[in-house]
Amino acid sequence: MTTSRLQCEVSLTVNGKSQTLLVYPMERLLDVLRQQLGLTGTKEGCGEGECGSCSVLMNGELVTSCLVPVLQAQGAQVVTIEGLALPSHLHPMQQAFLDCGGAQCGICTPGMIMAAYHLLTKKPRPTAREIKDGLAGNLCRCTGYAQICEAVAAAAAQGDRE
Amino acid sequence: MKTEHIVGVGVPRKEGWDKVTGRVQYIDDMSLPNMLWGATVRSSIPRGRIKRITFDAGIPWDEFVIVSAKDIPGKNCVALIVDDQPCLVEAIVNHPEEPILLLAHRDQHILPKAVEAVAIDYEPLPAVFSIEESERQAAIIWGTDNIFKRYLIEQGDLEPVWAQADFVVEGEYTTEAQEQLYIENNGVIASFDRERGITLWGSLQCPYYVHKALMKLCDLPEHKVRVVQTETGGAFGGKEEYPSMIAGHAALLAMKSGHPVKIVYDRMEDMVATTKRHPSRTRHRTAVSREGKILGGEIEFVVDGGAYTTLTPVVLSRGTIHAGGPYYWPNIRIHAKAVATNAPPHGAFRGFGAPQSLFAMERHMDRIALTLGISALELRRRNFLKTGQTTTTGQVIRDPIDLDKLLDRALGLADYHRKKECFRAENASEGWKKGIGVAAFLHGAGFTGSGERTLGSVVGVEGCRDGGVRVLVSSTEFGQGTKTVLCQIAAETLGLSYEDADIAPADTQQVPNSGPTVASRTVMVVGKLVESAARGLDQTLIASGLLRAGHSREEFREACANYVAEHGALKSWAQYQAPPGIVWDDEKYRGEAYAAFAWAVYIAEVTVDLTSYSVSVDDFVALQEVGRVLHPVLARGQIAGGVAQGIGYALYEKVVWQQGRMQNAQMTNYIMPTSVDVPTIRVYFEQLGNDHGAFGAKGIGELPIDGPAPAIVNAIVDALGINFDSIPLLPENIFEAVARYAQTESQGGAAQGLR
Repeated sequence: MTTSRLQCEVSLTVNGKSQTLLVYPMERLLDVLRQQLGLTGTKEGCGEGECGSCSVLMNGELVTSCLVPVLQAQGAQVVTIEGLALPSHLHPMQQAFLDCGGAQCGICTPGMIMAAYHLLTKKPRPTAREIKDGLAGNLCRCTGYAQICEAVAAAAAQGDRE
Repeated sequence: MKTEHIVGVGVPRKEGWDKVTGRVQYIDDMSLPNMLWGATVRSSIPRGRIKRITFDAGIPWDEFVIVSAKDIPGKNCVALIVDDQPCLVEAIVNHPEEPILLLAHRDQHILPKAVEAVAIDYEPLPAVFSIEESERQAAIIWGTDNIFKRYLIEQGDLEPVWAQADFVVEGEYTTEAQEQLYIENNGVIASFDRERGITLWGSLQCPYYVHKALMKLCDLPEHKVRVVQTETGGAFGGKEEYPSMIAGHAALLAMKSGHPVKIVYDRMEDMVATTKRHPSRTRHRTAVSREGKILGGEIEFVVDGGAYTTLTPVVLSRGTIHAGGPYYWPNIRIHAKAVATNAPPHGAFRGFGAPQSLFAMERHMDRIALTLGISALELRRRNFLKTGQTTTTGQVIRDPIDLDKLLDRALGLADYHRKKECFRAENASEGWKKGIGVAAFLHGAGFTGSGERTLGSVVGVEGCRDGGVRVLVSSTEFGQGTKTVLCQIAAETLGLSYEDADIAPADTQQVPNSGPTVASRTVMVVGKLVESAARGLDQTLIASGLLRAGHSREEFREACANYVAEHGALKSWAQYQAPPGIVWDDEKYRGEAYAAFAWAVYIAEVTVDLTSYSVSVDDFVALQEVGRVLHPVLARGQIAGGVAQGIGYALYEKVVWQQGRMQNAQMTNYIMPTSVDVPTIRVYFEQLGNDHGAFGAKGIGELPIDGPAPAIVNAIVDALGINFDSIPLLPENIFEAVARYAQTESQGGAAQGLR
């Protein structure tokens, strides 16, 4: 039953590495990242684009990868949480989340950090209001958001200094 | 010993690096060779008898492993307090979405179709769906009277009080279900082999609860069940009892198939089938003097437990004991009961009964104040519990508490008096109304009553080969910071650096039973035991002659490494013993209900928009006394997170029920607060010197869910001058009330609109 479905090829770049994969056309980008590429840092929270836990960058835009059929990612540049840190040290946004208490249970954290990273690429010096708006698509049940927003502000300030 | 302090400092979270890089492995990130996926066939009716199960053609059923109640080797129950909940339905369905059959297959994607292809015919039975229907006994659905549990608290003599009172104030308050909405759904993997038995990995709070449940279900001895907690993406009580159910399912499939089996719920299954906060109804009748002294009162507290007992008796107990709030009641009678309905069982959720009864208490205080024509602040001040007075269960408050001081400080922080005056003036002419509201409350830390004594938690600390130490507990991390704080305590006790202390995985084969990770007990109760076990290491090393008293970090590490090299192991254990004077009488339901209480005053400032009738929380001050704060960053995060959940509880989160089934089991239509829905919650701590747990810390995790709902609704009442007594309070509820109020006013000829 499972082998009778037609698969096809898709080529995309994930965290700087070119990939050609055999996929089902309507497979979710989320599942391909997690199951085929083993990039399990991207999480599923709701499967309907509400919680933002599966957020990744696709061609520089923030997308919820549970709503992206993988064929739509043909030729795309995808960046996941695994693409942010260098082997030896954390990305400043990750460091800020760690320092400010922006991660509690950690399940929303990868998506939240991708959203925050994306926000700073668009608005390097966001106001407090812009930070809240920029993260409004990512749900966190643990923190009440204050320490997440502070982490983003701290990372922005760090960016200014560099 | 060195003077560098670890306790009280915001050290990095132990597992923080792995969390911010996405490397940490949650259950859905794990996989075993030859693993099958499991799925659950659930009931579509609230109550009835199964007549026939048919498997539709078109599905290759021979490829599936199918488990029914007949395959259960042991007792068909989810073992907890009372074994009334089956793991799989045998004949009678008692709620919608009750598990009936289990399916496993190697292809995850075929399972939903297979679940759909199982047709079940039922003979429906009458069902009840509300507290009132259950009380009326429209149908008897549990026991002989639909009542899971009753408690009665009586103190003083209430009868003369009604005649002496200048005022008798009555009110009825209701709260609805709330979904925990951890972002990681429930999930487990089970594997089985005849030699080693069952190994279960899962997202869970209480490894030993699951351990006990699997032993009974699978009829296996203790050593043939191993439970390992995987990183857990939020829990809030929602992974206290339900994991025993899903673990049982995966274990049964693994035993029958001979393969490891993974079951991970999707969001809808998690919301529709697992536990939620108990709906409640509280009635107050209070006798008060003209001066605002409470003379006595009667409280009736009822919770809806759903279809099976699960943790309901203990939830009811905490709610009952907290029902009188932080006030002195010279005479009181509290009747409490938990009733059955044909909904999935309601269960543990941060606060555990207290948010319900405290909502009622704190709304009722504002109603009393309004009736008497005195300020809500003054009324509270005249009745606050003081050191030396007794709670409703007769517990003498020995701690130096000062609720007046807490209230004064909170009022100052919120700029309460100036704002209250401003709002009065501004509200006259605008399209919005602003208000400010207060809630004062308490939360008992640790298991209720004799719970801690019965648990008798055991904790270990071991010395490691490299000279560091490792904490051995079954207490779990799910965001609160368990790993971090327990390591801080061990390191500080031994004069080590934070990096010298580590914590063992919560694996029943490696760690003793330090009790469940619930009830705000981890830092206070388990932390104290960690401190004591760590001291034992020190004593052993000193007695062995390898270490001197007053040693440095380096000396300890060297001695510890030498001891381990020589003897192979260095372990120290500590077991809970009730502090002196903490005595609870289960029969009389009286005594010291908790070893310690945390105290708080919360103040909410709101704007009600009179076009959309939506409410925004503009400012929130959360001031609490939780003993010593061991980790300021984590503690603040606990409070702010709890307050955000409380804002959701008050204003957004409504479970829509139909015939006992949740209709809005999606994040799209069950609305929790986003970053733009909560203000920057201002968190403050007061220390009054009532120290209990490790380094003087009391429980903190549950407290912050108790106060936001009453503070916010009190603020809305302040804004609109209309009473609201139920949560969640949605825009449509406010609209209706405002419309009704306007109508009454115009009929009365005094069309002044809202104040």
